[in-house]
Order: sequence, then C-alpha cells, then structure tokens
Amino acid sequence: MQLEAKDIGFRYGDGPWLFQGVNLTLEPGEIVGITGPSGRGKTTLCRILAGFEAPIEGAVHFNGAPLPNNGYHPVQMVLQHPEKAINPRWKMHKILNEGYQPDKELLDLLGIEREWLTRWPHELSGGELQRFCVARALGPNTRYLIADEMTTMLDANTQAQIWHAVIEIAKKREMGIIVVTHESNLMRRLCHRVIDFNK
Amino acid sequence: MSILEVENLSVSFKQYTDGFKEINHKVISSLNVTLEAGKILAVVGASGSGKSLLAHAILGILPSNANVSGIIKYEGKELTPIRQTALRGKEIALVPQSVNFLDPLMRVGNQVRTSVKNGDAVSAQRKVFERYRLGKEVEDMYPFQLSGGMARRTLLSTAMVSDAKVIIADEPTPGLDPVVIKEALDNFREFADNGCAVMLITHDIESALQIADKIAVFYAGTTVEIAPVEDFVGNGEAIRHPYTKALWRALPQNEFRPIPGSQPHPSSLPPGCLFEPRCEMATAECRQAPPKMRELRDGMVRCIHAT
Ligand SMILES: Nc1ncnc2c1ncn2[C@@H]1O[C@H](COP(=O)(O)OP(=O)(O)OP(=O)(O)O)[C@@H](O)[C@H]1O
Ligand code: SF4
Ligand SMILES: [Mg+2]
Repeated sequence: MQLEAKDIGFRYGDGPWLFQGVNLTLEPGEIVGITGPSGRGKTTLCRILAGFEAPIEGAVHFNGAPLPNNGYHPVQMVLQHPEKAINPRWKMHKILNEGYQPDKELLDLLGIEREWLTRWPHELSGGELQRFCVARALGPNTRYLIADEMTTMLDANTQAQIWHAVIEIAKKREMGIIVVTHESNLMRRLCHRVIDFNK
Repeated sequence: MSILEVENLSVSFKQYTDGFKEINHKVISSLNVTLEAGKILAVVGASGSGKSLLAHAILGILPSNANVSGIIKYEGKELTPIRQTALRGKEIALVPQSVNFLDPLMRVGNQVRTSVKNGDAVSAQRKVFERYRLGKEVEDMYPFQLSGGMARRTLLSTAMVSDAKVIIADEPTPGLDPVVIKEALDNFREFADNGCAVMLITHDIESALQIADKIAVFYAGTTVEIAPVEDFVGNGEAIRHPYTKALWRALPQNEFRPIPGSQPHPSSLPPGCLFEPRCEMATAECRQAPPKMRELRDGMVRCIHAT
C-alpha cells in the first residue's frame, strides 16, 4: 500500500508557486525525512499528503488510486503545535476518543496518565498535550504517519520514549512515516532516507 | 550582579474531582533561580516540569486559580503584582511558548509596533522583520496566514523591539531552520552582552550549549541541577544529577536511549527525592526527605549521592 505524490504543485490563491513537480513514493514501513528552510512549504506538502488540502497540480495516490475523501484517512498527521490541533472546549478524554478508542497499551507506551483525561487542554503542558495528538493519529487504520516537528516541543527523554514507541508500532503494522524536522541528529537516527526540500 | 531572583517559589492548583474531593497539584516546589545581568541561563528539563509556569509566575500571568508562595525579586525589590503589571512587556519581556499568544484579530505588523518602547514604531518593526527575514507583505497578515516558523519569528520580534532588561524566552526556536535559529540565538547573546539577563527555556540542549552561561535542569517542578555549560560533554561524566545524565544520554546525538516511566504526578509527589522512583542510584535514605540543593564543583545539585 504505497503512498505516492505525483507532480504535486501548490500555491495560495494566485500567489507564487510554493513548489511544483514534487514527486515522492513511500513504501509501507519506510521512514523518510524531509528537510528544508522554514516557510518553504514542507508543512503544506504534508497537509496535502494527509488530505487536508487539495493540490493545485498533480495528485496523491494511495495504493494506486486517489486518496479516499470520506471515512478514516489512512494518512494521519501530527503537528508541532498541539494546542492548534485540538478543540480547547473539549476535555481530554473527548479529544482522545474523537476518532477511535486507543487501548491501554498505546496509552502506556506513550506515557499518558489516566488523570490527564479529566482535564481541559489548557491545564496540560505542551509535551503532555502532544502525547494525545500522537495517540489520536495512531488509529488501527493509519497506514502512514506524518510527523511534522512532532517531538520538537518535548524533552530529550520523552522524545526518545515517543519515537521508540512509534517506531515499534510502525514495525508491527508496517506503517510508513514521514519525518519533518530541523534537528539533523534526530533525522539521522530515525530515517532510512532523507529528501532535501530546498532543491 | 543578579537582576531577578526567585526564592523558594511554590505554585499549586486546586482541582475538584467528581466526588467534590479537593486535590492539590503542586506543580512547582521550593524553586530557586537567579538571573544575572549579562548572562544567559538556559532552563531545560522534563516536559511538564513547570518551566512555562515559572515564566508565567515571573510575568504575573498565572491563571487566577493558582496558589503562589515564595518571593520573586527584581532589582533587589519584591516583584509585587502591581510592579509586575507595570514592568511586563517593558522591562521584563516574554517570548511565549504558545503561538496562541498572538492576537488573532490584529495584523502582525501592528502587534509588533505596540511593543516598541522608543523611537519610531513602524521603522523599528520593519527593521526587526527584515532581520528575521519576514517579507514586507507579512506585516499586513493576520496570524492565521503565517506558517509556524513565521509565527515564532513574529513572537521573537515583539520581544526584541521592547526595551527590556530581562527577556524570558519560552521555547523561542522550535521548528525554525538552523539559519534562523542561529540568528535568534545570536540576538539573545547580543542582548545579554549589552547587560541584560536572559532566561532561555528550551528543549534544544545543543543550542543552549552554544550561547548560555549556565544550565538549570528542571524535574517535577524544581531545579535538580545548575551547572556551567562546559560540563555537558562526552558521556556526561561531569554532570551531577542522575536525571540530567539520563536527559543527556537520551539525545539523538548521544545514545537516544530513554529511561522508562514519567515524572511523578503533581498530586502525588514522593515524600523523598522526586526522582527516586526512577533513579538507579536510589537508596533507602533517598526516600526519607527531599534532598536540599547543595553546592558541588562550581554548580548546584539536589541529590544526596552526587559526586
Ligand atoms: N491551569 C493549570 N491547572 C492545573 N495544572 C496545570 C495548569 N497549567 C499547567 N499545569 C500543570 O503544571 C505542570 C507544569 O506545566 P508547564 O506548562 O509549566 O510545563 P513545562 O515545563 O513548560 O512543559 P513543556 O516543556 O511541555 O512546555 C504540568 O504538569 C501541567 O499539567
Ligand atoms: S537523591 Fe537519591 S534518588 Fe534522588 S537523585 Fe540522588 S541518588 Fe537518585
Ligand atoms: Mg512549556
């Protein structure tokens, strides 16, 4: 179940092209890094791959066909700023169970304390919130995970814990991962290959 | 010379469970830090260890249900709520962690201009935008039109145009590319070299090592170690506290091996050392009482067995 970006181009309105002719193929279980300067459109590309945004040119194929536009999306994305990805008016248990019900094993793997579930988002630290966003993205039907600066806001120990957990799950499920990060050391640790978005 | 002193700070939140039972969350306990003129103190540590809350306590912007004790002094005098309001954004500036601090309804150029304390606001704003490579068109944009990196650079700009003597930067650089990070860090250094005090809260230990003078390490709401940056080399032999060593080893450029578990919950802190449940060196004595901060080799540590 390949994920394929074919000749993708994108711009906002009639502004300048953010990028054009982007091709990318991801095999199940593959971990690929994307680097490049801020504001060059890495996050936009990720949003297109995850189906949040339609490309102006080209297409995204999953398993040889266009991405489904209803039902559970097989490509899930976790962003850098968890506070932007959640509804501030919902308590954490509602946020966590929005798409599916993560099991105990996953919550433990990600170090999510049960007591946090009864709180409001603003009552948790950035790092605590991010674990919820990761859990939410790892539903049973997720085939590809896009991690856009996913652990940038976490301490080194938690970062290593979450990545070890995610890699373990990826291996078990043959899930592919796209890693966007400016941290070259982390990139080297995680990725099978790296694409430079500057070119 | 110290500009800002935090003495014995504790912060707690009351929460009510379904059975109307009141639980007390002690999120910061007996914390001491000092910011010195001309110096950068990097604050690193566990996610959720109270770093942002310390920043908010200094600025006087904690939520109203927070219970605060201890003393914060600015220029030798107690920083009362009235002084906090008067100095906030002027002599003491914050670069916040959450991009939600930007006003969603105001063009970002205007937001930065309101922080300019001296001279022509428009030209100061344009100059700082140029410095951070924010194009001319950005000043007319609203926050929702910015990329994550652009939003962070806008937040940085706001603090840089103020005339502050103390800058508290809460994760100012995550997700920015190395060029912009370098520039922001150089600005903090320059800022300190001009006699100001900087507190740089960050998870990016590598960046912190490049510009900071000292590093304070937080765990479960208190400082476990304060060390000169030079101690962070090799396998961390010069590091004093077991938690700091673990953090150092977990870095991707080191072993990338985490220690299991998480920090204790603020509603059920262990009676002795807060790190004891995860510490390999723990002995029965560690469970007796919380270790006091003590001096050790040109630094400070909160561990009875550290050498
Ligand atoms: N309004 C609140 N009510 C109750 N608890 C809170 C509140 N705000 C923060 N906390 C708790 O206080 C602790 C410290 O939070 P803080 O945001 O200071 O962490 P941090 O060290 O900045 O973490 P990070 O590195 O993830 O940003 C966390 O356990 C958090 O859940
Ligand atoms: S006091 Fe004891 S438990 Fe705490 S860090 Fe030191 S050795 Fe470990
Ligand atoms: Mg924080």
